[in-house]
Amino acid sequence: MKLLLKKIRLLNPEQQLDELSDLLIEDGIIVKIGNIPESSAERILEFEGKIAVPGLYDMHVHLREPGREDEETIATGSNAAAAGGFTGIACMPNTNPTIDSAEVVTSIIEKSKKHLVDVHPIGAVTIGRKGEKLSPFAELIEAGVVAFSDDGTAVKTAEIVRHALEYLSMYNNVPLIEHCEDESLAGGSMNESLNSTLLGLPPIPSVAEDLIIMRDIQIAEYTNGNVHIAHISTKNGVQLVRDAKTKGLKITAEATPHHFTLTDDSLKTYDTNFKMNPPLRTKEDTDAIIEGLKDGTIDCIASDHAPHSIEEKEMEFIYAPNGIIGLETQLGLTISELVNKGFLTLEQMVEKLSINPRKILNIPIPKFEIGETANITIIDTDEIWTVDIKNFKSKSKNSPFNKRLLTGKSVAVINNGQLFFEDEFVRI
Amino acid sequence: MDIKATIIDSSGLSRTITRLAHEIIEKNNGTENIVLLGMRTRGEFLARRIQNKIFEIDSTKPQLGVLDVTLYRDDFRTRLKQPEVSVTDITFDINNKDIVLIDDVLYTGRTTRSAMNAIMDLGRPSTIQLCVLIDRGHRELPIKADYVGKNIPTSINEEIRLQMKEVDGEDAVYLVDITNKKEK
Amino acid sequence: MSLSSKHLIGLHNVSAEDIQLILDTARTFREVLERPIKKVPTLQGKTIVNLFYENSTRTRLSFELAEKRLSADTINFSKAGSSSSKGESFKDTIKNIEAMKIDLVIVRHESAGVPLYLTKVTNASIINAGDGRHEHPTQALLDMYSIREKTDKIKGLKVCIVGDIAHSRVALSNIFGLTALGAKVSVCGPATMIPKGIEAFGVKVYNDINKAINENDVLNVLRIQLERKAGNTFPSLREYHYYFGITAERIEKNNPNILILHPGPINRGVELSSEVADGPYQIILDQVTNGVAVRMAVLYLLGTRQ
Repeated sequence: MKLLLKKIRLLNPEQQLDELSDLLIEDGIIVKIGNIPESSAERILEFEGKIAVPGLYDMHVHLREPGREDEETIATGSNAAAAGGFTGIACMPNTNPTIDSAEVVTSIIEKSKKHLVDVHPIGAVTIGRKGEKLSPFAELIEAGVVAFSDDGTAVKTAEIVRHALEYLSMYNNVPLIEHCEDESLAGGSMNESLNSTLLGLPPIPSVAEDLIIMRDIQIAEYTNGNVHIAHISTKNGVQLVRDAKTKGLKITAEATPHHFTLTDDSLKTYDTNFKMNPPLRTKEDTDAIIEGLKDGTIDCIASDHAPHSIEEKEMEFIYAPNGIIGLETQLGLTISELVNKGFLTLEQMVEKLSINPRKILNIPIPKFEIGETANITIIDTDEIWTVDIKNFKSKSKNSPFNKRLLTGKSVAVINNGQLFFEDEFVRI
Repeated sequence: MDIKATIIDSSGLSRTITRLAHEIIEKNNGTENIVLLGMRTRGEFLARRIQNKIFEIDSTKPQLGVLDVTLYRDDFRTRLKQPEVSVTDITFDINNKDIVLIDDVLYTGRTTRSAMNAIMDLGRPSTIQLCVLIDRGHRELPIKADYVGKNIPTSINEEIRLQMKEVDGEDAVYLVDITNKKEK
Repeated sequence: MSLSSKHLIGLHNVSAEDIQLILDTARTFREVLERPIKKVPTLQGKTIVNLFYENSTRTRLSFELAEKRLSADTINFSKAGSSSSKGESFKDTIKNIEAMKIDLVIVRHESAGVPLYLTKVTNASIINAGDGRHEHPTQALLDMYSIREKTDKIKGLKVCIVGDIAHSRVALSNIFGLTALGAKVSVCGPATMIPKGIEAFGVKVYNDINKAINENDVLNVLRIQLERKAGNTFPSLREYHYYFGITAERIEKNNPNILILHPGPINRGVELSSEVADGPYQIILDQVTNGVAVRMAVLYLLGTRQ
């Protein structure tokens, strides 16, 4: 089909591109850019006032398939991604079975093949994420993983981190993604602060995260390895990454929208939809995250989308599992809290949400060029909308942002020869 | 207060108390076995005055206690305001005694019923006798006073108010109109 | 006069007026406890559930006695042997109990926030008997009642809470309640047991027990529970007693007029020596008696509320 996007602002900092144009897509490939007559198209979409950016990419998503398909499947998670404006996601290996064998990787890739959204599996660093034996890295990379992580917990020992980084050095730039949390200080239910004393909940000190960030930076330096800090949340952590980058070390970092939007004050109602790991911290920390995003210390934004069933979250606070969904609120929060408040420019937003995650994972960056596969997110940066979890495509509804007013939304996404627009997937 | 009439004035109150004191001594053949229990709040002061008057007349002073019956009320669910509890102050044994229960106004009889239940939880008196300053009629329970200062028929739009120097600055009993006030 | 809320979840942000009302009302019930028939019909017809998910003998007994003395009907629910052990979710348990039409719930649970959660899912009045490390309001109230009864005041009194403050709901409720009534509150314990930044609650921190005894009028001594998941906060009970134990010698040396409270049960030879536990400085058994009266007052004020 010939699809014409009319009068849209094409924005891609990777190409230094920012111009108003028409775009003609045929069978999923970009065939013409510029002033295009309507007669050339079979379907026309008027996108005046909207922005077209290289498809957004979320590099930290938990799809619960295989194992907990009641909470989310590859299909429903991909739908949620599309609804949130994402054309690609990387999925974490804490499934059941763990993504520690080629078979699991292949089955995930098979299941996601036909979807608009690209799904790139992340392999576990150790078998079963137990922290004892290394996973078959080569086999997993060959099967299609884009990174390794034991996310949910930190890699258990320095020895394993060291060997993993050395091994991965043979596979240029496949990063080790670390969930930074010292095991002996872990186990609490919320950030350690005056609030944890006030609320009487067992605390997790911020130093638990800083310690592992420090550990992995040291090992990365020692081995010349490539480490990506997942969901960074502390002020000291951001400074550690900043110093490491100044030294020229191969350290990258991501932050979640909830860590630049919410603080541990939100926990006063004991609502488990505010319970995640790393936990919400103090204003000092959120300010540092925002500063880190501004100055490039934090390379990208990722949701840590973690679906949980209602009965799991409706438990006593200390028993409820950690995690919130985030695919469908990520873009709105980024625009409302960062772009509209002057912390990021639109170009920087595209870098954080689309370009940098792909750079870190060595995935080609979509371009607005003739002959390129159309991989596009169309954004209305002015649309004001109220979050309603009932409308979410995700199977789970554990979000702290229900009923929140946000500015900015994805209008449509295009990828793999498909268009998702007005709640419909169509072949184009 | 919307006063309709003065039932008893200052000197009248004094005379009524004197008569009640005489009656109590007479009916009980002396004061040897009696104890006076005043019901909070004004019943307490009435009881003290009666106790002092008995001492004047008979040179004996019967023991005095103060009874709070809030915990025994039967109207918790219907009252508009939560009643405030106070302390019952009875430091002596009431077993086998003749109790003279003293209150300012006898109306439906429910307060007296509560008082009797409270007293029974404290022990087993020989008798319970009721002494009230005013009986205003409209009984809802089979209760009768043994000693009455004055019988005043009233309507439900009216109330009897005892004012005592100890709390109100003056001694008087008024008939008051409560048509515009909410039912207590 | 009524309490501002139909629940008693904690003493944080509870007004001094509400606290005074409870303490004043408790005096009435303290008198009832001296009678031959320790019973009043006030809560007749009311149904009260004691929902104890965490083990407790004394607090539950104290509440049960208070309920029975007010003539209420009481039901006991403990976690062991209940349908929870068969896998019933907490939410379902609550819904089931509520379907039996109850008026008040006394709840103790190891997770903070459970009493607050109950206020949102049932119509009953909720009384917190201890949630995690959060609050234990009736304990603090009976502590305050006992202090006031003995010393005739709370305002301006110097009260120090001694022990594992970081893990103690009794400590937190005491801090809030005493501060609301104008006492000068401090805490004393090993640095590993004092929450970071607690000075922000307006309390002074002591690490020296002798100084704490010397500079305060009242000590509220908490039980040390090393068998708990408190982890490596202190090497041994023996060392705790050596450095922080309250002994007659320490009292005589530093402040023979000090008043000692303890919520019980006492670890003799750990936080208190036997001599102190049985000696003239403490009012521990009075606390137990007062506890029933204070709980009767709370039940009365919430149970007869319009």
